[in-house]
Amino acid sequence: MAFPYLATLVVAPAVGAAAVAVVPRARDDLVRAVGLIASLLVLGVSVAMLIQFDGGLGTFQMVSRHSWIPDWGISFTLGIDGISVFLVVLSALLFPIAIVGPTVHRDYKGYVAWMLLLEAGCIGVFLSIDLFLFFLFWEIVLVPMYFLIGGWGYDRRVYAALKFFLFTMVGSGLMLVGILVLAFLHERATGVLTFDLVTLARDQSLAENTARWVFLAFAASFAIKVPIFPLHTWLPDAHTEAPTGGSVILAGILLKLGTYGFLRFGLYLFPKAVVDMAPLFLTLGVIGIIYGAVVAVVQRDLKRLVAYSSVAHLGFIVVGIFGLSTQGLQGGVLQMVNHGLSTGALFLLVGMIYERRHTRQISELGGIQKVAPVFAGVFMLVMLSSIGLPGLNGFVGEFLVLIGTFVTHRWWVVVATAGVILAAIYMLWAYQRVFQGKPEGANTVFAEMSWREWAVMAPLLGFIVFLGVYPKPVLDRIQPTVAALILHVEEHSDYREPAVNRGVPVARPADSGEGASDTKTGTGR
Amino acid sequence: MVEAVWLIPALPLVGFIVLLVLGRRLGDPAAGWLATLMIGGAFMATLIVFAGLHSRGGEERLFVQDLFTWIPAGGLQVKAGFLVDPLSVTMTLFITGIGTLIHLYSIGYMHGDEGYHRFFVYMNLFVFSMLMLVLSSSFLGTFLGWEGVGACSYFLISFWFERPAAPAAGKKAFVTNRVGDFGFMLGMFLIFSTFGSLQYTAVLGQAGSLTHTTAVAITLLLFLGAAGKSAQLPLYVWLPDAMEGPTPVSALIHAATMVTAGVFLMVRINPILAEAGGATTLIAVVGVATALFAATIACAQDDIKKVLAYSTISQLGYMFLAVGSGAYVAAIFHMITHAFFKALLFLGAGSVIHGMHDEQDMKRMGGLRKWMPITSATFIVAWLAIAGIPPFAGFWSKDDILANAWDKSPILWVLGVVTAGLTAYYMSRQVFLVFFGKERWKTAAQEGTAETTGTGAHGGHEFKPHESPPTMTFPLIVLATLAVVGGILSLPFGSFHPLETWLEPVFGDRLHELTLSDSAQVLYTLATVVLALVGIGVAYLIYLAHKVREESVEPNVLRRAWFVDPLYSAMIERPGRRLSMWCAYFLDAKVIDGAVNGVAALVRDGGTRLRSVQSGYVRNYALAVASGAVLIVGYVIVRGGG
Repeated sequence: MAFPYLATLVVAPAVGAAAVAVVPRARDDLVRAVGLIASLLVLGVSVAMLIQFDGGLGTFQMVSRHSWIPDWGISFTLGIDGISVFLVVLSALLFPIAIVGPTVHRDYKGYVAWMLLLEAGCIGVFLSIDLFLFFLFWEIVLVPMYFLIGGWGYDRRVYAALKFFLFTMVGSGLMLVGILVLAFLHERATGVLTFDLVTLARDQSLAENTARWVFLAFAASFAIKVPIFPLHTWLPDAHTEAPTGGSVILAGILLKLGTYGFLRFGLYLFPKAVVDMAPLFLTLGVIGIIYGAVVAVVQRDLKRLVAYSSVAHLGFIVVGIFGLSTQGLQGGVLQMVNHGLSTGALFLLVGMIYERRHTRQISELGGIQKVAPVFAGVFMLVMLSSIGLPGLNGFVGEFLVLIGTFVTHRWWVVVATAGVILAAIYMLWAYQRVFQGKPEGANTVFAEMSWREWAVMAPLLGFIVFLGVYPKPVLDRIQPTVAALILHVEEHSDYREPAVNRGVPVARPADSGEGASDTKTGTGR
Repeated sequence: MVEAVWLIPALPLVGFIVLLVLGRRLGDPAAGWLATLMIGGAFMATLIVFAGLHSRGGEERLFVQDLFTWIPAGGLQVKAGFLVDPLSVTMTLFITGIGTLIHLYSIGYMHGDEGYHRFFVYMNLFVFSMLMLVLSSSFLGTFLGWEGVGACSYFLISFWFERPAAPAAGKKAFVTNRVGDFGFMLGMFLIFSTFGSLQYTAVLGQAGSLTHTTAVAITLLLFLGAAGKSAQLPLYVWLPDAMEGPTPVSALIHAATMVTAGVFLMVRINPILAEAGGATTLIAVVGVATALFAATIACAQDDIKKVLAYSTISQLGYMFLAVGSGAYVAAIFHMITHAFFKALLFLGAGSVIHGMHDEQDMKRMGGLRKWMPITSATFIVAWLAIAGIPPFAGFWSKDDILANAWDKSPILWVLGVVTAGLTAYYMSRQVFLVFFGKERWKTAAQEGTAETTGTGAHGGHEFKPHESPPTMTFPLIVLATLAVVGGILSLPFGSFHPLETWLEPVFGDRLHELTLSDSAQVLYTLATVVLALVGIGVAYLIYLAHKVREESVEPNVLRRAWFVDPLYSAMIERPGRRLSMWCAYFLDAKVIDGAVNGVAALVRDGGTRLRSVQSGYVRNYALAVASGAVLIVGYVIVRGGG
């Protein structure tokens, strides 16, 4: 039997968390070692999984299915495809960085334990293809993040943590109702009670109007997580008050849960409803792009500025998803990875600034390039990636989203493209105030990057350049899944993707959606 | 031999990487020499490719080398590769050629600067990006270079980042260019949705099938991009400020190469322009309007580099006038001669600034001819070239444009000729103020160092202008030679038209054929020359003979550049910031978040009693919420299941 990659990816961090829990509180070095080993082990397994991953398949692979609560049709089913594979690898990459990268000033043991539990939850969300299991992981994610913000955050951490928690809980409640309604209506229509994603998506058992309402219940939860305007106000507070590692994971992974949810559960389960409501979500996505950027311009706190830039960046992903084009979806998935790398790196850098200067107020910083030119150079590179400079990762995703959606929904893209102007304004202005000019007072002392900081940043910087120059290996593996998803949408609605986007006709699987449940655990080769 | 094309951008890229890693250790001047060597190598490689392409027959002068698939996504397959044709090779020749000279010059000019190696890191990256811009085989590859040169321009404008004005100018350049990029990107989107490809050969080959509307839309969108990069109305405002960068940067990026990228793009898409009809008229009008507008401002500037900056904007306007008139060869011709003489002018200005210890105010110069013989001699050559005095290079190329403009519309011709007169005037003004007349810097130095004299490394005392070192004067001499003989590329008489013959495969029958008779052409040319001489004469009367008070011909409205900057600031920047503030601190903080906090307050009030039980710790509260959630889930499941 093949190695159970997916189950290992979920279980290993949880075991790691348990292991950390039994280490004596005083032994920070041991905590660090256990945390690092566990998270690096997950990274290793995820890379091995990526190598085994068959990039030519558009269906779930390496599926591992275990009966759990058979009476209610609930099973422990994990699977991976081109949409989730890089998000899993991204998670596996960012967690070790968040665990050992930033300096944690209190209760390191608790920090690492929560982080590892969070990792199990995040990867679980990306791998679950049973709706109940998905919901369980979705809720698990919430708790460690809440404690990380509330326990290790900055001044207004209590407020921010509570806000984060309440927002997400409201969404979760609606989604839970949606999941249950979907499963029971499916049972009424087919006589089978199941939470299996593939079966539910294939059967499309809901009436058109009902499907729309159930989709909205899911969408509310995802929209809060993304976040989509106007449900975004938890984000600046949570990002700003969270400890550096928490912000990295929050921006890098947690926001992607929302966009991933739209792709995996929105488009797949409710294709007709998504097609009908695409204009609404496109509009909200475009508003997010412009609004996030406009608000970012005048932020006084560097971390808050980065947080609002996330609202804008996630807007691009939303536009890509609801644009329903091959390029848009591929770009959207790639942009999820890119945003994790770039914004993760930005939060790390802002954290390093805070460690040195004990402030994030832009007005109190200045002239740092003079004192720490290498640090400034690294910041510049990450910033340009965030702005979307061609040759760096951010551009490829943004560009694909825009060019693909332009064909299907022209006028939204015309407005969204204006976002590239605004991104330059808020980022360059911030750089000007923080790094340029003459350093004065406390800014005349600013340490260069330490070896530990380099070790943390290097993989991110490497991928920022690599994915900008040669995104092909990633795009190639995303494409079959995206193509299958669009076929699925076309099959269940009157939507037809323009020929220009499709290019050469995609090989149509015998029956899209069918293949997944048949694929047994294994490599598929 | 054309297969060696990949070497051309590869060498500057290697230079960039090596300097990035080892630059600090190499230091001054080794870092500079390494950078120069890399660009020189690229020039050599270009010569090889040029020879290879030249040995082929006219129709076979097109070679595409694809390296790898850059972005594969469904119907969109963007390849990273090179398009070698007479147009790209011509651009490459003068980019690497002039690039080498300016790198060489910089070795001396930047000597002693704290950021010496950083300067060359940026410069090599710039040349790499510029080469990708002209050599790429797809629109997206060009866009990569386009943004790359923009970023390098930003780095180099804000190079002296401790001065407050430099970073501000760099940011302004980047943001203004992004407005243009908005158009460039939408243009590419439209191209893709029309043709399903972004590769030049695929798109331009099918351009004939375009509908008029689409062709116009693509042209105008890409022209918006071109207007940003090439500093045309209304997006020119960043270029004068860009003079905050070191002078070699102004010469290379903001005169000879990067700012011509817009012209290159328009020439590259000439098959689309051919379908766009009236849109080309707009290009010509914007071009000539920019030429005239910028020339008026150049007449009243005191900063030696600002004059040249407005002059560059004006000359770029001429190039767009040529493009709009269908005279693509004339546009390229003027681009080349302009690169020669404008790079020379900037380098000469740099030499003056260097010799005057960072003085840039022309009103504090004068009589430098005696002190800086090589600089002044070469500067005078460039002056005659740009003023359009035969037989210098600028005369031929400007004349070529004006003749074609006449065919498009006599009005365009008149405006072009008036601009030519103004050009002769403001350039003469500059030459007279700097190199002739009274040595005003003597009195300026006595006024004390407190007022200006900049941040010169030499300090303010014992002040004497001096000629620059050989690494700086050698490029001046080479460029001066080119500015004299450059016209030979395309003379309006005889059968020897090397540039047109060479570029012909790029344009085919889309090139505008002059309808003017030879005698008419001579007559019009004569008019231009006379006007240029008048311009020189007027400048002489004012600035050397002092027949008229200088102040009376330098009205405030021109000194302040028609108040465009304050206008933009009042109409765009300030309302924009107000909107931003309103969104952030009212809409977001009060309205949206206010609603959220209102709901949260209700929840909190409801939970007060519960919390008092829970020893007040938030974490316990949250745990209660979490376990409550799990309980609810379980309850619903059990009910549903039963």
